Amino acid sequence: MKSLAWIRSVAAKFFHRSPVADETEEELRSHIELRADDLERSGLDRAEAERRARIEFGGYERYREESHEALGGNFIETLVQDARFSLRMLRKSPGFTLVSILTLALAIGANAVVFSIMNALILRPLRVPHAESLYAVERGQDQAINHSFPDYLDLRDRNRSFEDLVAYNVTGAALDTGNNPTSPWLMEVTGNYFDALGIRPSLGRFFHRSDEHGPDSAPYIVLRYAYWHSHFHDDHGVVGRVVQLNKHPFTILGVAPPDFQGTLLFLAPDFWVPIVNQGQVEGVDVLNERGNRGILMVMGHLKPGVTQAQAVADLNSIGTYLEKAYPKDDSHMTFSLTSPGLAGDWLGGPMREFLTGLMLLAGLILLAACANLGSLFAARAADRSREIALRLALGSSRRRILRQVFTEAVLISLVGGAVGLAGSVVLLRGLSAWRPFSTVAPNMTVPVNPDTNVYLVALLLAIASGFLFGAVPVRQILRTNPYEVVKAGLSRRTGRRITVRDLLLVAQISICAVLVTSSMVAVRGLIGSLHSNFGFEPRNAMLVGASLSTAGFSGDSMPAMQKRLIDTVRNVPGVKSAGSVDRPPLYFGANTAIVFTDKTTDLRPSNAAAEAMVYNISPGYFEAAHTSLLSGRDFTWHDDENAPRVAVVNREFASRIFSSTTNAVGGYYKRPDGTRIQVVGIAEDGKYEKVTEAPQPAMFLPTMQSPHVRGTHITDSTLVVRTDRNPQQVAAAIKSALSELDPGMPVTIQMWDKQLNDSALFASRMATLALGVLGLMGAVLSITGIFGMAAYSVSKRLRELGIRVALGAQRSEVLQAALGRAFKLLAFGSAAGLILGLLATRVLAAIVYGATPRDPLVLTGVVLAMALLGLVATWIPAQRALSVDPLILLREE
Amino acid sequence: MTDQAQLLPGTLDLLILKAVSLGPLHGYGILLRIGQISGQALLIEQGALYPALFRLVRQGLLKANWGVSENNRRAKFYELTAAGRDRFREETEGWNRVATAMAVALAAQSEEI
Repeated sequence: MKSLAWIRSVAAKFFHRSPVADETEEELRSHIELRADDLERSGLDRAEAERRARIEFGGYERYREESHEALGGNFIETLVQDARFSLRMLRKSPGFTLVSILTLALAIGANAVVFSIMNALILRPLRVPHAESLYAVERGQDQAINHSFPDYLDLRDRNRSFEDLVAYNVTGAALDTGNNPTSPWLMEVTGNYFDALGIRPSLGRFFHRSDEHGPDSAPYIVLRYAYWHSHFHDDHGVVGRVVQLNKHPFTILGVAPPDFQGTLLFLAPDFWVPIVNQGQVEGVDVLNERGNRGILMVMGHLKPGVTQAQAVADLNSIGTYLEKAYPKDDSHMTFSLTSPGLAGDWLGGPMREFLTGLMLLAGLILLAACANLGSLFAARAADRSREIALRLALGSSRRRILRQVFTEAVLISLVGGAVGLAGSVVLLRGLSAWRPFSTVAPNMTVPVNPDTNVYLVALLLAIASGFLFGAVPVRQILRTNPYEVVKAGLSRRTGRRITVRDLLLVAQISICAVLVTSSMVAVRGLIGSLHSNFGFEPRNAMLVGASLSTAGFSGDSMPAMQKRLIDTVRNVPGVKSAGSVDRPPLYFGANTAIVFTDKTTDLRPSNAAAEAMVYNISPGYFEAAHTSLLSGRDFTWHDDENAPRVAVVNREFASRIFSSTTNAVGGYYKRPDGTRIQVVGIAEDGKYEKVTEAPQPAMFLPTMQSPHVRGTHITDSTLVVRTDRNPQQVAAAIKSALSELDPGMPVTIQMWDKQLNDSALFASRMATLALGVLGLMGAVLSITGIFGMAAYSVSKRLRELGIRVALGAQRSEVLQAALGRAFKLLAFGSAAGLILGLLATRVLAAIVYGATPRDPLVLTGVVLAMALLGLVATWIPAQRALSVDPLILLREE
Repeated sequence: MTDQAQLLPGTLDLLILKAVSLGPLHGYGILLRIGQISGQALLIEQGALYPALFRLVRQGLLKANWGVSENNRRAKFYELTAAGRDRFREETEGWNRVATAMAVALAAQSEEI
């Protein structure tokens, strides 16, 4: 109730003069009247008595204000007064107001965008109950998030720290609900998934741990709410319906609640199925293979009172046991915990680093904007020194004037912040609706809608920056001597050679130069990475995904089917070559396996000679991918199960295992199961996991020799098809040829270079885009900064310039006098910024491939860019300085 | 004018409390009372009284009510609250101690040290 009254009194103060103020006025007036009465009684006439009484009373306004303050009630009222006055002042200089608001809108908008991305992806937990105690388990020193299913079972059953542990996988499949087949994304989850996360169904029921009875025992589907809405039209009769998943009957059990989007921030599955049915869903069941770390993530809630350190110690003791019990499969079994939303540190680590860096740069932008506005404010205060002096002379306190200046600054920053926030909300909405991987994974989103946190941060930033740049002219105002100013008019203060404004401008320009430098380094790096050698040629090639398992093929029928597939595609007109690969290089990671030298007999993981990328390929892949063979031969269709085991290895593999690239052909190495493999060819090195990686060893194995019970290679193999014609037409021809082969098989075709842009190059593209935008903002800010300073100094010195012209100064001399200082500051700031920027780009090198600060092109680019910016920014002031007409100026004085 | 003394900081509040302790007064009346009891020796600018008065009201030492002055003008009358009376007593004692100590200190002669 009390607070209600307070609000009412504040509101009253806001809209009309408060009764308290009226009462104070009345009391002071009554005092003067009483005194006048006394004076009148002593013989003065009434008018004279009142005049004397007023004089004796002293500074009426001042005491009224002080009395009011003593009552403690006029904060809001003064604020409103100040705000009104500020608005009036700002309306008088619309140019200044507009420039300030836009500058701040840019800066605060940039910060709001970066912060809300950070907020959405890193700060905000998953939308599940008690998300704060939910952790994913990472393994080994390089913090791998993937595990093998038998290891998961051991972790789940032996730990004492988690309420329960769940495991899940993300995969694609073909769903046939009666009409045409679609390829949705789904999560294969353990039976305890929903129960452990505490999710309740919004329709029907979920599956439970008790539903799992061995392989393919639980053919159930739980639909995501949005998928139910879009594909089943909110049909409540969907529960109990049987649909065909990869041509196997699955029963729809229920629908998840609307706000449950799964346990990955950026990928919402269309539905969930029990992981025990992996054989049906993926075409192959690897749940019994301890060495196959195909489970995407293991996670669970910590028990109440258990700390992270205790849980890690608990897991590590299980790890020690696993290493002893399964020396062939398990090594380096140490564990750590991470937040599950971004697939742990696999995606979360680089994302955190990148966003922190971006946040830092955005902060710099805001700082530059504040420096910019600070110098504008200082200039404005100098111009207004007469007004300030007058107000001081009339009895206003310095505190009051400062308060008004701050009100003006905060007003500008609030409006600027609001504009910036509005812009960023529009941008973020667009970003959230964006499907960056529409070709590979249409369910992938960037869920970055702003929330209260974002609004709050934007507000705080706005107010803080208002105070920051409002504080710049404080000293100037405190030192104003009203009598001097009023007496002498606007005298230019001489003496100090370096002013606060100069320092601010240098700081601002160097910040902008940092931004310009880093964005140039990033752009150069991106261009470099687009033209670097990946070990294959993505242009004029396409990836044809024809998933055999989703078409119902399994086991022995697969290799034959695959050969038919390749032959069919090869016969399509316009196709030059085609070959299959289980997972194309640079396609969301790679499969790896450890290998041993031929002489090794103790095949435990710690004795491995190398960990190599594994690619199961068909004959013709090298030709189709344009991966050149340095020596030896390609595979033929005769390298099948009945032939000796062979491999093509890359140059790095050869030099690591055989310490020679020439003698490796014909040599042998061993795989963990003891198989001896003969090297028949050497291929060039390439990029496999990411474009920034150092050379990695890789081995290519003939797909016909890879034991298909063991891996998932054939099931999701991709055809690489090279063409010399219009790819769109060829793609259509391939599609129709394949649907003739099997109408029920979902086929996806993407251009390889486009796919690379969406996956391996995505991070550097985004980084470059972000840095490019920030660099552009930096450039704009430095233009406004230099322009403001130059325009101001020209306008201050018009008279002096006029005199110089009258005395016969040359154009160059006039320019030198008018803008020499601006250019000197620009050069100084740019140099400082360039050096800082080059230091900063060391960090960039980790994200943007080929980003090197020691690039003469970047150096000259930055110098040229800053010079150009300087030229653009000083153009108008320079014109004004040159067009000075001494006669008019002299006449005006 | 020259024989009037500037007020020491903080003493105006005590003077106001003293003036009001002798009976309810309006602002102008307080000034007159202070002049009267100090023998016109203390200089107070008239307007300066009000911020001090309002501060004391806010601290709960004084309370104010509108009333009518002796020559029929509306005026606000101040009187001590219970807390004001306590504070007045404390401040008076404090002031006397300081004044005594100062007097003794300033009267000290070199042979007494």
